[in-house]
Amino acid sequence: MDKSTEKMIVEAAEKLYKEILRREVPMLDFPMRSLENVTYDKKKGFFEIGDRVVERTLSYNTIKTFAQTIRMMALSHEIVKKNDMATKREAYYVSKNWGDARFTEQPESDTIMDDIEAHFRLNREKLGFIPEEKGGDIVGKLVVIDHDPNTGKEIRIDCTGFGTGAYSIPTDCEGLRFETKAKFILAIETAGMFQRLVKHNFYTTADCILISMGGVPTRACRRFIRRLADAYKLPVYAFVDGDPYGMTNIYRTLKVGSGNNAHLNKFFCVPQASYLGVTPQDIIDYKLKDATHPLEEVDIKRAKDALKNDPFIRSHKPWRDAIEQMLKMGVRVEQQAFAKHGLNHVIEKYLPQKLKHPAKFLP
Amino acid sequence: MQVVPISVTLGPVKKKKINRARKPVKRLSKAARKKAPPAKKSVAENVIPPAVTEPLTTADKMATKQRDISVSEFFLKNRHLLGFDNPKKALLTTIKEAVDNSLDACEEAKILPDILVEVKPLEQEDRFVVIVADNGPGVVREQIPSIFGKLLYGSKFHSMKQARGQQGIGISAAGMYGQLTTGVSTKITSRISAKRPAHYFEIQIDTAKNKPTILKDEIVQWQRPHGTKVQIELEAKYQKGPRSVEDYIRQTALANPHATISFKGPDGTKETYKAATRKLPVSPKEIKPHPHGVELGILMKMLKSTTSRKVSAFLSRDFARISTRTANNICKQAGIDPKAKPTAIAHNEADKLYRSMNATKIMNPPTNCLSPIGEPALLAALKANVDADFYTAITRPPSVYRGNPFQIEIAVAYGGKMPTEELAQLMRFANRVPLMYQQSACATTKSVLQTAWKNYGVSQSKGALPTGPLMVAIHMASVWVPFTSESKEAVASYPEIIREIKLALQETGRRLDAYIRRGAREDEARRKKDYIKSYLPHIGIGLREILGFKQKDERKVLDLLTGILEKERA
Repeated sequence: MDKSTEKMIVEAAEKLYKEILRREVPMLDFPMRSLENVTYDKKKGFFEIGDRVVERTLSYNTIKTFAQTIRMMALSHEIVKKNDMATKREAYYVSKNWGDARFTEQPESDTIMDDIEAHFRLNREKLGFIPEEKGGDIVGKLVVIDHDPNTGKEIRIDCTGFGTGAYSIPTDCEGLRFETKAKFILAIETAGMFQRLVKHNFYTTADCILISMGGVPTRACRRFIRRLADAYKLPVYAFVDGDPYGMTNIYRTLKVGSGNNAHLNKFFCVPQASYLGVTPQDIIDYKLKDATHPLEEVDIKRAKDALKNDPFIRSHKPWRDAIEQMLKMGVRVEQQAFAKHGLNHVIEKYLPQKLKHPAKFLP
Repeated sequence: MQVVPISVTLGPVKKKKINRARKPVKRLSKAARKKAPPAKKSVAENVIPPAVTEPLTTADKMATKQRDISVSEFFLKNRHLLGFDNPKKALLTTIKEAVDNSLDACEEAKILPDILVEVKPLEQEDRFVVIVADNGPGVVREQIPSIFGKLLYGSKFHSMKQARGQQGIGISAAGMYGQLTTGVSTKITSRISAKRPAHYFEIQIDTAKNKPTILKDEIVQWQRPHGTKVQIELEAKYQKGPRSVEDYIRQTALANPHATISFKGPDGTKETYKAATRKLPVSPKEIKPHPHGVELGILMKMLKSTTSRKVSAFLSRDFARISTRTANNICKQAGIDPKAKPTAIAHNEADKLYRSMNATKIMNPPTNCLSPIGEPALLAALKANVDADFYTAITRPPSVYRGNPFQIEIAVAYGGKMPTEELAQLMRFANRVPLMYQQSACATTKSVLQTAWKNYGVSQSKGALPTGPLMVAIHMASVWVPFTSESKEAVASYPEIIREIKLALQETGRRLDAYIRRGAREDEARRKKDYIKSYLPHIGIGLREILGFKQKDERKVLDLLTGILEKERA
């Protein structure tokens, strides 16, 4: 597999070299990385990248990024050849040795990295780059089978045995195997809610695996959930804030992937996920009206944008309705709002009641 | 005793014209006659002391006080009017008078001027020797003492012709200043032809009689085949900077591109301004006065001195642009018989005639009498003398103010080593002579201030000269340059003159603007090229690292890429 990465990079460089020898303006193309260029097919269940392409021909305007892209490709080539790896941060620091072509901030190098991924339709791990972001935390009825990176010896990790702590999802979960008897996976937005559920042993009472996503789930987190869910045919329920960000960013990305990295969504999404809550209807059903906050301008903009441009939201009527309802109510609600009825109301009432009717969850 | 009509020098004085190598013409100007103060005229000669027995009347008492004013006394009292206000200006004026004479003489003789100006220091700190030598036609021996030792000798006064030197009263005044401040005679060497010997004179001015006293008259060896050398010792102050001798020489060279001028300063500085063109300026033609340009007094003077027997003939012959028919119309309007004798026209009739003349529509005067420097010569001089990146020059078509033809020329230099944070340098010229003083009172300055330089890419504070690496030279050529005052350093602000200068400034401004914009574009292109240069090697490095090719291939890639990008941008 790594051999092919190396080959792909060499082929791309050869193409450029030949263009130069022919005295043509060298050109690199990248699939357009935005929501504008994704398609959503309910059956496939994830965002697929469209065929719109951004061509970057060498010119005064592009020369800096062009040079940086080629140097980044050379770096990736070197890493892959040596079977090494570099974090995104490390790659950023490597560029400090590139003179004028160095990056001044890491987001610049991250963008170039994303471009290269998209160009080769490879994930960055295959290019030898790994993110430094946390994959997410797991507690529950799950045994993760990993191996010692030095000895290769198998290691069995019981995800119930972390006390008040949690198992941390690794950046590369391709080599992991699982053993579980849990009935479902509950993916939670905030670490606070996760802690409450862990503390009160919710994973035991509900017979589930709890995952703290910490906002928009990382690729590793999505890949982990996907593999686990695929392996044991587990349903995945998302429990996030009832606001446009929770719905259209956190949940949507978990389920169908991101618009920005649509070339990778096939693997980095969880099509079997469904939305437990908090829904706008919950505000009414659980009398949370006085525990809401008014939608802010950014919320309204995000919601309207999703209705208009997000292929996922647009293709699911329940979602359109839910977002319309939220806009009409003009309020958002957080996971923690149930504390209004008592700290453990969420554990004792809300979640059990909701979990009785998974069919009612938003798609 | 000859009384010098001193006030001559106070009128609209034109420089004394030296008729070199020609028969001297001794003539007092019309204005001189007109303005001679009758009260003082020869009174001293006729004063007879009254008898002691009779009580003195006030008039008698006053009469005893009346006496001749010596030229020197007048000179000392009025030195500020003549350009000798202070030692610094005295040095400049002395050099100016000599250089103006040299340039005039050379041009008249159709010789490309080659002038050497030297200021030698003396033991006393405040004393210098000024030497000005030219390759002009020289002066005939008999005439040398009168030209250099007599004030108000010869005159091109009041001829309607563009002429240099409207300042001061000539080289003899400078000689007198030297004599009065140091007691040393003016020394002249002159030669009119290679076949003739060079004559050397040492001359003092008899200030009481306004006559030259010859102290030495010798034949000497001189290497020049023809030319004149004047040496004057004077009390002066030598100072560098604005309005310095160097400044004057530089500006003179700029306005006289056909002249080669060398300068040796007392501190050893040497500067040579080579002629930028080998073309002599066209000699200006003399024209008759335009009826709209004369004052009543002058009209009366002309009536008295005309050779015409009838007023109508006088009008059509002595003025420009008056036909016989127009002359008759003017007479009719004024209620004067066209056949009347001009000399018999009374004062009030002259006044009517004057009004009638001004009320009649008369064609503008001919403008072929002007001799501008010309765009090519001006440009050449500018390039030779100013270190800049951009040069432009414009010669406006001739125009007329109050019946006087004039022509405006402007030269602009921009960039180079000129300071970017300082006010622009303004050079003013009247008939090729640099105007060194009274800048702010001058029409040229006003015109520059009124021009919106910001429109042309040059910054300008309100009410100030533009700021930037800019030099503006403005030349007014005219048969009669109107000065604001007797010191003749500032051009009067006639609306026609301001308008012409501004039009010329706007045209040069537009050209400058185009250049500055082009410069900005070039800067941008250079910046882009540098930018590309800084990133291009990385493409080569990256490809080499991936494809593992040699340094040679990397260089090839760079060369090809440079070519490809240049083609793209072109």
